[in-house]
Amino acid sequence: MRHLIEPEDLTIDEINRLVEVGLDMYSNPKVYNKICDGKILASLFFEPSTRTKFSFDSAMMRLGGNVIGFADASTSSTSKGESLADTIKVMGAYADIIVMRHPKEGAPKLASQYSRLPIINGGDGGHQHPTQTLTDLITIKRFKQTVNGHNVAFCGDLKYGRTVHSLIRTLARFGNTKFILISPDELKLPSALKRQLTSQYGVELVEVTSMEDVIDDIDILYMTRIQKERFFNEEDYLKLKNSYKLTREKLKNAKPDMIVMHPLPRVNEIGYDVDDDKRAVYFEQAEMGVYVRMALISMMLEVGPYARS
Amino acid sequence: MLEVKGIENGIVIDHIQAGKGLKVFNRLFSATDNSVVLLMNVTSKQLGRKDIIKIENTFDVNMDILGIIDPNITVNIIKDNKLVEKLKAEIPKSLKGGLQCQNPRCITHTDDYAEPEFKLISANGKLEYECSYCEEITVYKL
Repeated sequence: MRHLIEPEDLTIDEINRLVEVGLDMYSNPKVYNKICDGKILASLFFEPSTRTKFSFDSAMMRLGGNVIGFADASTSSTSKGESLADTIKVMGAYADIIVMRHPKEGAPKLASQYSRLPIINGGDGGHQHPTQTLTDLITIKRFKQTVNGHNVAFCGDLKYGRTVHSLIRTLARFGNTKFILISPDELKLPSALKRQLTSQYGVELVEVTSMEDVIDDIDILYMTRIQKERFFNEEDYLKLKNSYKLTREKLKNAKPDMIVMHPLPRVNEIGYDVDDDKRAVYFEQAEMGVYVRMALISMMLEVGPYARS
Repeated sequence: MLEVKGIENGIVIDHIQAGKGLKVFNRLFSATDNSVVLLMNVTSKQLGRKDIIKIENTFDVNMDILGIIDPNITVNIIKDNKLVEKLKAEIPKSLKGGLQCQNPRCITHTDDYAEPEFKLISANGKLEYECSYCEEITVYKL
């Protein structure tokens, strides 16, 4: 039995296959709509989520399986003081696989130590969000044909943005050697991660504070929200929340085949007038998340294309 | 010169950097019921000044904690007035307990099942330990 706690739990070959299987599920959904017949996904969301929760629910249902769980810790026994380990042990009798989101960093790893079911980390605080990374990779593959060889820029909250941390590490594992980091000084990529990227993967990091200075050089622009819930005080959040806003006007200087990605939800960092631009792929990105999660569930339950012969 | 009798059974924690003896006592022995002697600023050929702790009828000591406080510490285990074992502290490559993760969002702060575990990342002047749960780096100054 295996768990997916962080992207490093998957090899590059496994990620490539998940992306390929996910793309095939996108193109030929009917082929796969019974492969999880009789299987149950426990969807344990100790913190609110729209995309991750519902895309997992949708993924399991599209595979012919069922879903149980909660979308808010206050409706579970956690509100009565039950420990995470006990909740996970109990769920072992009710389901075949668990996806969990938790506000505390490291909670999915703790859960995996007490679980007899495969655990998928659906996000733990500002730490890891491996299935968002898979979503990002399948989107890049769909729109740019390859995962490698693009000039990727990350913009916004690079300090607390777990999607950025997971994706940038994974792209570095794929062999991408240069990233542009656009953020205010207060929200720069953590120095420990920068050190890992440069020393372990030999990556070049270009840090700037202005999007306009670099937008004409970007193949993939990954926008992020300044996350209110990651700040300990309101004042810091208010100071930084409007740091960057992508508008149709700014896109005029961008490459015609650049793509704009965003893990969503957005607040005001991408103007609504950008949505109609063909370079804006963030809604398709959210859609692709369902298919790569279908592939992941299949892999972890060893069904369909992952069935043992 | 101040003289303190040797102990019959117990441990002598020696070569503690002067000034850190109290820290060792507070971290490891503040709850003990056994007799403890804490000697501070004792003359030492090797260190100039050092602290020493002697504890009667105690034989277990967390060498990892001693290692992060001062890797030069030695521990003599005494039984029936004889030195039966001499241990040398060293900077631990991994730690279970002993440190609190400095990330306030880490699961180890709120869940009793999650005992903090760390891996040594760097020991250049300060000790950097990576939390096995949240991967945040916690710094311990030597």
